[in-house]
Amino acid sequence: MAGLTDSTSTQMGMHTEPLTGRDIKTKFTLENEGGFGYHFGRDVDFNRRAEIDCAQLEPTEINRKIRELMDSGHGSIVVRNPGAKHSLIVGILNRMNIIVEGSLGYFGCGLLDGPTVRISGRVGWSFAENMMAGICVVEENAGSTFGAALRGGDLVCKGSVGSRTGIDQKGGTIIVGGDTGAFSGFMMQRGRIVVCGNAGKNLGDSMYDGTIYVGGKIRDLGVDAVSAQLTDLDRAWLSRKLKMYELLPEQGVDHFTKIVAGKQLWSYDNLEPTEKKLVL
Amino acid sequence: MPGSGYKGAQIDDVDHFLKGGGIDSEREQAIGQHIGYRYDVNLLPDYDRLTPFLKDYLEFMGWDDLNWLEDVHMGYDDGQAAVFDRNINGWVAIPEDMELPDNQQDRDMIAREMLIKFQMSPDHPLVDLYRAYRKF
Repeated sequence: MAGLTDSTSTQMGMHTEPLTGRDIKTKFTLENEGGFGYHFGRDVDFNRRAEIDCAQLEPTEINRKIRELMDSGHGSIVVRNPGAKHSLIVGILNRMNIIVEGSLGYFGCGLLDGPTVRISGRVGWSFAENMMAGICVVEENAGSTFGAALRGGDLVCKGSVGSRTGIDQKGGTIIVGGDTGAFSGFMMQRGRIVVCGNAGKNLGDSMYDGTIYVGGKIRDLGVDAVSAQLTDLDRAWLSRKLKMYELLPEQGVDHFTKIVAGKQLWSYDNLEPTEKKLVL
Repeated sequence: MPGSGYKGAQIDDVDHFLKGGGIDSEREQAIGQHIGYRYDVNLLPDYDRLTPFLKDYLEFMGWDDLNWLEDVHMGYDDGQAAVFDRNINGWVAIPEDMELPDNQQDRDMIAREMLIKFQMSPDHPLVDLYRAYRKF
């Protein structure tokens, strides 16, 4: 914490709390080298395929079944008749392919770290919440809080999504082929949201950092969300990403609007009352 | 831009945070701390600069791009180059004798490669945590 001792705040008697030792700090050495998967991960073969019929199974049984198949080395699992059941396909920390033939209910695909999941139907609220890595593709529409607190990976909805998409997003990429509802990108801290259609009101409200790209119309921007210049790197990345998911518009990506944080809310508590009024 | 600049603090030098900087704006000087990240969290990867190791990793995972690694950058903690590992909520310092490239894009690729090697190692702290707290 260089500079703390001679700062104005220190002279005023602040900073009595010890700021060191609160987080882990370690050093990388070449002896750390391992493989490509987590040390505790399962060795799966993408060519080993299995199917689960969910019609008569409870969510807990379905999740247990997926885990058992993964443990036995199956790298591709087809989930049939999911019946929009809640909390399916959660907490998988491994690479693997999962194909869902049907729709999922609330909180599907949460806490994933590595798998590729393709869903032929729709999904309910809070799909892929807290996903760390991997790919989730939804062919139809999704409910509210799509990708809430997303931390990494690609989350794609080829249809339209509800409100508060990417709320509290901390990383990763959310791609919406259609429209997104109100308060999308609310309080996002980093990561990227790409909306090929229109965005509802208060887009990017109170965003701290991160980037939102919108191909259609924006109803209005939230507090501290501002438009920015699309760069060549933006265009290259957008084209590459949208092409990967077959969502690249015929006219390209030049028409996309880029939204970023105005950073007026940063360190908000340190602002004077008059400054706070100016920000809001 | 090699760092997320707070308003009034434009950062143009790739070594800005290695030189002990980061307390630039009037507000930062008043509170004695850098405000914001010590690197540009919004910097998109330049795929022409992928390292052979990263290409192999993407092939192993079955991905067409960097996926979660798009959010990994080389940061700077206490004047030292480091990578933030979300799995331990802490910084992993780059060896001091390692020569850093002169641009952030290449530094980010090194950071991604080193983070994978660290996270997938049997010595990673998550291995013990997983053993102690796993539920299934």
